[in-house]
This record gives sequence, C-alpha cells and structure tokens, in this order.
Amino acid sequence: MADLEIRDLTVQVEEKVILKGANLTLNKGEVHALMGPNGSGKSTLANVLMGNPFYQVVKGEVLYKGQDLLAMSPDERARRGLFIAFQYPVSIPGVTMSSFLRTAVSARRGFDKELMPVGEFQKLLKQKLDELRIEPAIVSRYVNEGFSGGEKKRLEILQMAMLEPEIAIMDETDSGLDIDSVKVVADGVNRMLAQAKGNLGILLITHYSRILHFIKPSYVHVMFDGRFVVSGGPDLAEELEQSGYEGIKAQFEVIAAEVQAEGAVRRAGKVFWVAH
Amino acid sequence: MAVTNQLGIDPDKYKWGFHDPEKYVYKSRKGLDREIVEMISSMKDEPEWMRAYRLHSLEHFQQRPLPTWGANLAQIDFNDIYYYLKPTEKKQRSWDEVPENIKNTFEKLGIPEAERKFLAGAGAQYESESVYHNLKEEWEKLGVIFLDTDSALREHPDIVREYFGTVVPPEDNKLASLNSAVWSGGSFVYVPEGVHVDIPLQAYFRINAQNMGQFERTLIICEPGSYVHYVEGCTAPIYTTDSLHSAVVEIIVKEGARCRYTTIQNWSTNTYNLVTKRAVAYRDATMEWVDGNLGSKLTMKYPSVFMVEPGAKAEILSVAFAGRGQHQDPGGKVIHAAPHTQSVVVSKSIAKDGGRAGYRGLVKIYPGAKGSKSAVRCDALILDDRSRSDTYPTMEIDEQDVSITHEATVSKVSDEQLFYLMSRGIKGDEAMNMIVRGFVEPIVKELPLEYAVELNRLIALEMEGSVG
Repeated sequence: MADLEIRDLTVQVEEKVILKGANLTLNKGEVHALMGPNGSGKSTLANVLMGNPFYQVVKGEVLYKGQDLLAMSPDERARRGLFIAFQYPVSIPGVTMSSFLRTAVSARRGFDKELMPVGEFQKLLKQKLDELRIEPAIVSRYVNEGFSGGEKKRLEILQMAMLEPEIAIMDETDSGLDIDSVKVVADGVNRMLAQAKGNLGILLITHYSRILHFIKPSYVHVMFDGRFVVSGGPDLAEELEQSGYEGIKAQFEVIAAEVQAEGAVRRAGKVFWVAH
Repeated sequence: MAVTNQLGIDPDKYKWGFHDPEKYVYKSRKGLDREIVEMISSMKDEPEWMRAYRLHSLEHFQQRPLPTWGANLAQIDFNDIYYYLKPTEKKQRSWDEVPENIKNTFEKLGIPEAERKFLAGAGAQYESESVYHNLKEEWEKLGVIFLDTDSALREHPDIVREYFGTVVPPEDNKLASLNSAVWSGGSFVYVPEGVHVDIPLQAYFRINAQNMGQFERTLIICEPGSYVHYVEGCTAPIYTTDSLHSAVVEIIVKEGARCRYTTIQNWSTNTYNLVTKRAVAYRDATMEWVDGNLGSKLTMKYPSVFMVEPGAKAEILSVAFAGRGQHQDPGGKVIHAAPHTQSVVVSKSIAKDGGRAGYRGLVKIYPGAKGSKSAVRCDALILDDRSRSDTYPTMEIDEQDVSITHEATVSKVSDEQLFYLMSRGIKGDEAMNMIVRGFVEPIVKELPLEYAVELNRLIALEMEGSVG
C-alpha cells in the first residue's frame, strides 16, 4: 500500500476545471519534485491534498495510507501527518507565532484538552529555531503579520520541522528566496529527511531546478494543463533547466491535438498522456 | 472536508449558571416608590443630605421618560425589581471571616488561589452591599482610601459630599437618576496628591437574587499627580426573568494624575446592563477606560471623558461580544473642552448566532480647543450571516485647528485563515477561537494578566459551537 496515492484527480474552481485527471504515487522516504509552468495546476493539487474548501473535487480519489483522504477534514489530515508549506501563508492578526505553534504541535502530538507542557515545547522550539537559523524574536510576533516573503517561507519550514509530518507538500517554498535562504531551507529539509530515517516523504513543488541542486529528488514530474505529462529521474530536472518548458510544451501540443482527434494513450518523445 | 464559519446552534453552556441559596437578613419588596427610598436611606443610617438627594433623584426618575434612541428598553418593568438587599449584618475585615458561601462563589468563578489572597486587599461586592473590605496597610499609610461607598459615606462624609453627583448629576439621564435614588455599594477610591498605587485595586461582584437590581455607585478621586488602576470584573449567574444592572461611575482626575478603570463584565443573558460611566480630566491628566462586555441581554454603556483643561488625555478601549439574543451597544464619548487635549478610542465588537454588536460614539470638540487630536478606530467581526454590526460614530467638531481620524472596519472570519490554522491540525472550533482571540488581542493585552486569562476563557465559552 502506497502512503499517498492520487488517482484520476479532477478538480475545479467555480466553473473552471484546473486538474484534469492527475495520477501520482508517493511513499515515505521519497522526494518527488513537481515542476511545471505557471497555471499548470501544481498549487491546486497541493491545496486539494490539504483540503482547501475553495476547490471542488469532481472526480477521482486520494488514498492516504489506504484511507480516503478527501473524506477527512484538513485538521484531521494534519494530525495524521500530512503537511503543506504554503506558497502564500496567510496572516492571523493578534495570534503570536509561538502560541500558534504550541497549539499546532499539541494537536499533532495528540494532546487533546491540554497543551503540550510549556518547557518541553520551548526546548523543541529553540532547537528547531537554531537548526533553521531563525531569529527567536520572530515567534513573539503575530502569525505572518508584517513578515517579509522570505520570513514567511522560513516560518513555514519551521512549522514543518515542529510538526514532524510523514508526507509534506512544499508549494514553491523556494520562490522569492535569495540563494542563501534557499540553502538554509534546503539544509533544514535535508536534516528533517535524515532525522526522519525514511519516515518522511516530500512533494516538492517548484518552478526552478535551483532548489533541486540542494534537495535531491528521487523522482521528477512535470505538470502541464492539469495533468502529469512527464515523469523521470533527477536528470529530467537538469534537462528542463537547459531546454525550459518550451520543448515539453511543443511535444504536449502535438499530442494533445492527436488525442483530441483519436482519444487514446499516446506518447510523443517524453510526453505521454492517458486519455480519460 | 467542511471548512466553514457557519454556526452551529449549541445550547449555551453557561459555566457560571449556579447560584447559592438566598440567605438574607432583610429582603425588600419589589417596586420603587418614596417609601422604599426612605427605607433604604434609613437602613443605611445616612445623613439627611443623602436622603434628600435620593428623594430628589427619585422624583426626576419618575418624571423622566425612557430614552428613545438606541436600544429598546420598553421591556423593563421597573416595578418588578428588588431595589435593595442586605446580605450580612456587618462588614468583614479579614478573609477568614468572609462567609463560606461567598468563598464558594469565588471558587466557582475559578479565581485562582493566588488571586484570592490578592483579593485580601480588595473589595468584593456581593449582592447589593459590600461584605468584605480590607485595605492593605501600605495604602492606608499612603492615605489611600478604598472602601465600599456606603462605608465611605459614613467614614469620610465630607469628601463624599464634595464630589458625589458632580460628574454624573441625577438629572443626567433616567438610569442615572434611578441609580442616584436607590444606589447601594460600589467602590470609593481616594488617592492623595502624588501617590502612586502600584497594585490594581480590584472589586469582584455578582448579582445573586432573582429579579434583583444592582445599583452600585462608584466614586474615584485622583488628587494631582496621583495614579491608580481600578479593576472590576464580574460574572453573573443565569436567571429566567430579566434583571437590571444600572451603575454609575464618577471619576475625577486632577492635574497631572492618571486613572485607569478596567471592567470585564459577563452578565447573564437576561440582564439589562445600563451603566453611566464618566470621568473629568483636568490639566495634563490622563483617563483610561478599558471595557469588556460579554453576556447580558442588552448593554448600553458609553464611558466618557470630559477633558476640561489643556493637555488632558483620554483613552477608551472596549470589546463587546454579542451571541444569540444579545445586543451589545457599547461605545465611548470624548469631549474636548480645552486646547491640546488628546483622545484615542478603540472599539472591537464580535457578533455571532444572530447577536448584534456595534459601536456608538461621540467625539465633541468645543470652539477654542485648538491643537486637539482625536483618533477613533472601530472594528467589527461578524461570525455568521445572521448576526449584525452597527456603527454610529457622531462627530461634533467646532474648531478648525484639530486633527481627527476615524477608521472603521467590518470583517468576517475568512476561510483562508481557518484553513491555514486547520492545516496545522487545529480543530475548526479552536481555529475560530484563535482568530477571535487575535481580533481582541489589542484590548486583551491592556488587561492585567488574570483578567486577560479570564476574558479569553469567557470568549472561548461564548465561541462554543461556532463551527459547524
């Protein structure tokens, strides 16, 4: 049984279909890079996996350790070990980062009525702040309120480190970060992977192959127009880095036209497409 | 995968819905007339001037119509209310002597042990009359007077007579005249010149008799250069018929003095809470009202500051929470009657389950109050489609050389915020709680710690069942 299995996932927002039958299998211990141009549906996939009510699943299913993920509320998904590092974290005025973190970690660790003891929490927080080289003062501030783009991204990674997920989705965490910050984030993620000893799987969504120099993916997928169109090993990312999405796009357009006409499983160069 | 801020209509779980068996030495009959007022005055063995004052106030109350603006008060039956009750024969001087049932009340209110000891220096009004007052020795040495107002009238008649009714005269409004006629208890605070009272003076009180009115009268005098923080908090038990709370608070803040008055009120949801709170601030004096309104059926309360000499400052911070069947109509008034006076008003209101909360305020600047500044900010958070928020800001500006700002926001809890918190494992109701707590945080952080904790607890209680 796979840890995360996405089957024929079709998703729309209002009347617009964004995901058009996505398929992916991901296991703990693996790092899957998901690449693709803007608007291809990467963030939609991430949000649907976490249960964002803005998106409507119209077809398909997602199994998390064999169970129906889509039937679970977002908080239940999180408590069971799913995590998303958001591309655009929202601010919660008046709620300090530390009280938010303590509530979240307590929920993840199964404290029901009471919160995790404050001493234990502080120790964990300090350790993770040190590891990620985050200024401790920031946790006294309100959640994401007035944070710079880079600060927000780092704080998402801090949350990931604190919550110790089993499957983590990182939605363009590297966007808007300078190269030093990318290295810090990547170091943090690699440390988490090492500490988890095979118990952490990552879906790493990115525009650029830059972060893949620091976090080595087991698999690379390319998404286009709501579908996974190419899957391969780490070398696929390097190829994309050189040719860009244009080559893939050209192949995709050829085959899309053919499938439109014939309706079948097609393959052209690296691009395959299962018609539904 | 429901993330929604739709409400669920859970029956209110009212933690403080207990009440002790009534055990009164004396119980007055219902209703209000000359005989009752005379009787109250004679029971208290008051000086003649107070008796006359009460009777004068009663006459005015009887003649004055109910206010027609604002909320609906027509359902109050003034003849169906007890106007005076006396719980014990004499005053208590130490914690050990406080009756067991009253200690139980504090216990049930969840006041922590440390704070109960702390209360040994504070006044706790129980029922219509304060049963317990103990002034810390160091305050006595400093000349600070902290008594219930009845005792103050006996022990310091001259000071009381000099100031009583000077800030809120009986003719001010119908409810003020009612209080002036039948007042009982409340706190009297006198802070001598230059004295800083470091620890907040606290008074706990609650209503505990069906259909019983509570008409406490508080008078605070801050002599020049002094400082005091007075804190009152109360949680009232549930009753099936309407009850009325109508207090009057008068504060005089003299030159260079600073007074902060903090209230957290959680009346049971059948209480009419109609309070007149007003302060006069003299040269370079600062008056701060911090006001938390939860519970009650209807609250109308507009703490006011009259800045009558140059350099006076006013700050009014309020938070109101209206649930099902509740109408919170709080606000504030700042009156700039002298040059270079400054005011800040921050109001936060929350409405859910069909409740109605808002802000009603006045900024008045008299001609000649040059260089004055006023900033008003009112934020409303509406938790569902059935609830309502109203903002009635009135500005009367009769001077050109002033700086006035007014900001108002009305918002709903966003699905994005709920989703963000829930994606971290936090359950929907707790996520909603956090957002609401964050919304009121700018007020809560101004409260003494134990009150901040209590307010957050009350909000959590009010929020139960908000997420479907």
